[in-house]
Amino acid sequence: MEETYRRKSEVMILPAYLNTKIAKTVIAALLGAIMLLPFKGVLSSLILFAAIASVLTVISLSGKIRVPSAFSTIPAVIKRNKTCIALSLAGILAACPLVLNNYFIDVLIMAGIYSILAIGLNVIVGFTGLLNLGFAAFYACGAYTYALLNTKIGLGFWVCLPVSALLTSCAGFLLAVPALRLRGDYLAIVTLGFGEITRLILNNWDSLTHGPNGITGIEAPTIAGISLRDLHYYYYIVFGILAVSLLIIRRVEMSRFGRAWKAIKENEIAASTIGINTTKYKLFAFAFGSFWAGIAGMLFAAKMQFVSPESFTFMESVLILSMVILGGLGNTYGAVLGAFLLVMLPEALREMQLYRMLILGMGLVLLMRFRPQGLLGVK
Amino acid sequence: MHILDAREVSKQFGGVKAIEGVSFRIGINSITSIIGPNGAGKTTLFNCLTGITPPSAGQIHFKGKDISALPPHRITHLGIARTFQNIRLFPEMTVIENVMVAQHCRIRYTLPGAIIRSGAFRSREAAIREKAYEFLELANLEAYAESHAGELPYGSQRRLEIARALATEPEILLLDEPTAGMNPSETRDVMSLIRKVQQLGKTIILIEHDMHLVMGISDWIVVLDHGVKIAEGTPVQVKNDPLVIEAYLGKETAH
Repeated sequence: MEETYRRKSEVMILPAYLNTKIAKTVIAALLGAIMLLPFKGVLSSLILFAAIASVLTVISLSGKIRVPSAFSTIPAVIKRNKTCIALSLAGILAACPLVLNNYFIDVLIMAGIYSILAIGLNVIVGFTGLLNLGFAAFYACGAYTYALLNTKIGLGFWVCLPVSALLTSCAGFLLAVPALRLRGDYLAIVTLGFGEITRLILNNWDSLTHGPNGITGIEAPTIAGISLRDLHYYYYIVFGILAVSLLIIRRVEMSRFGRAWKAIKENEIAASTIGINTTKYKLFAFAFGSFWAGIAGMLFAAKMQFVSPESFTFMESVLILSMVILGGLGNTYGAVLGAFLLVMLPEALREMQLYRMLILGMGLVLLMRFRPQGLLGVK
Repeated sequence: MHILDAREVSKQFGGVKAIEGVSFRIGINSITSIIGPNGAGKTTLFNCLTGITPPSAGQIHFKGKDISALPPHRITHLGIARTFQNIRLFPEMTVIENVMVAQHCRIRYTLPGAIIRSGAFRSREAAIREKAYEFLELANLEAYAESHAGELPYGSQRRLEIARALATEPEILLLDEPTAGMNPSETRDVMSLIRKVQQLGKTIILIEHDMHLVMGISDWIVVLDHGVKIAEGTPVQVKNDPLVIEAYLGKETAH
């Protein structure tokens, strides 16, 4: 119903001659070309114009040969071959450290850490529908908890893991208690403010956090007395923890708890009249989602052996949210896919230097135009 | 024997008195209709009964317990369920999930149980699914179990909302205009569903504009106008009440 309304209004706003596929293609190509103009001059702009126009033409023509419909059945194909795909993916990921050099492993580890962050944020934004723009604060909370416990008291990685996860979880709960009196945009602004406050505290509490200089000398985890400082070993820790988090979050998603979250997202009043304590479950979503940010923050601190406030800016929150939206709001595997893409694509585009962010941004715009529900979204 | 007892219930929004001093009693396993012109306060009364907007004054006793200050989920837990005038389903969830989620407060298990898939989790989750199917069968919706609720035709969405309300295992079911906008055959489906629900031993309160349906199905009728109860009684009593006729047709003027 809403879909048809939207379409109708679109038709009404745009004159008919601008609403054709060709016109839309030309407009998109023009936009891209104009964006490039100040950087590269007329010739490059023309080349980009031609490139975008031809790609979009192919995409819109392929509508007739049903490529988009094949694309939309990707989740269905995945569903049918679930075990097979999971096993081969696990195999490939397990073999990576044996063949790849430090640089690639470093990128993969960051992708793994961001995956944990993205599936945590997905619990709050994707399942429960509470927009959180300050998720980096919880990431920071996990990282600094480990950094401080490790450098000041000397606690090891495995002892700190549950401690910092639970502490971050408590931070999420405590933020949610006052913030959940607000809804929608207002909640988003409060979480944004919380994110900034956290960063400013870390930046200014010199005696505890060493301010902008950050905390150095954080230990890598050890197993049976052997340090896993080598990234090739650390890689297995990150992906092992990612696998466990995925398993746990999927199981919670498919239980009465996950159903209650989704009900709150879709219609809060109806959810309350079928016996769901909406306040309690929203608090629970915040605490549960933040839990994973605590773990990811710890993994980050232990990998870098250094934390400073500049790793936890507002842009970091936006990046994590983009991962969740790119993969498809509410889809746990989608969030992982989004995290991998947004960590690895900038690396793959590194040779384009200045323009990589431009290209990445345009890619996101195009994706939102042609697949607004995200890569693995269902709708 | 009365299962629900509303005493002098009032609700104000700012200076507007939506309902004022409404009292009535509902007998166990009866079908009561609340009727009245548009804006009479019928939906506001339902919102007071279910805790969505608690009454500003007065008490509502359900099986002897005052529920007027309780939040909606507590009231549902005690045994009052409702549907909405503008359907409020979970459109992106499947039909069966819509009904499964409604058993949230009846069949429970712990979070660690769900994570390790304990025996209790598995047997209770199976019970939730099985019961959900029973409610879908009652509403003739089992064929749609795996489709998204938002894709159902209008009449089926109404029946699904009733099935979902029943899945909370209520003693009283509140239906807010269950046949609004329906064609005659869809209306018949809903009426037979309401009778089936009554046979299950439930008490039903409904808001309805279709007088034919109201007179045919109700044991008791409460008439509201401008937030005040102007009459109550059996269908025959209400039909002949001069105040009711006046509210619906206007006052007869002397020639």
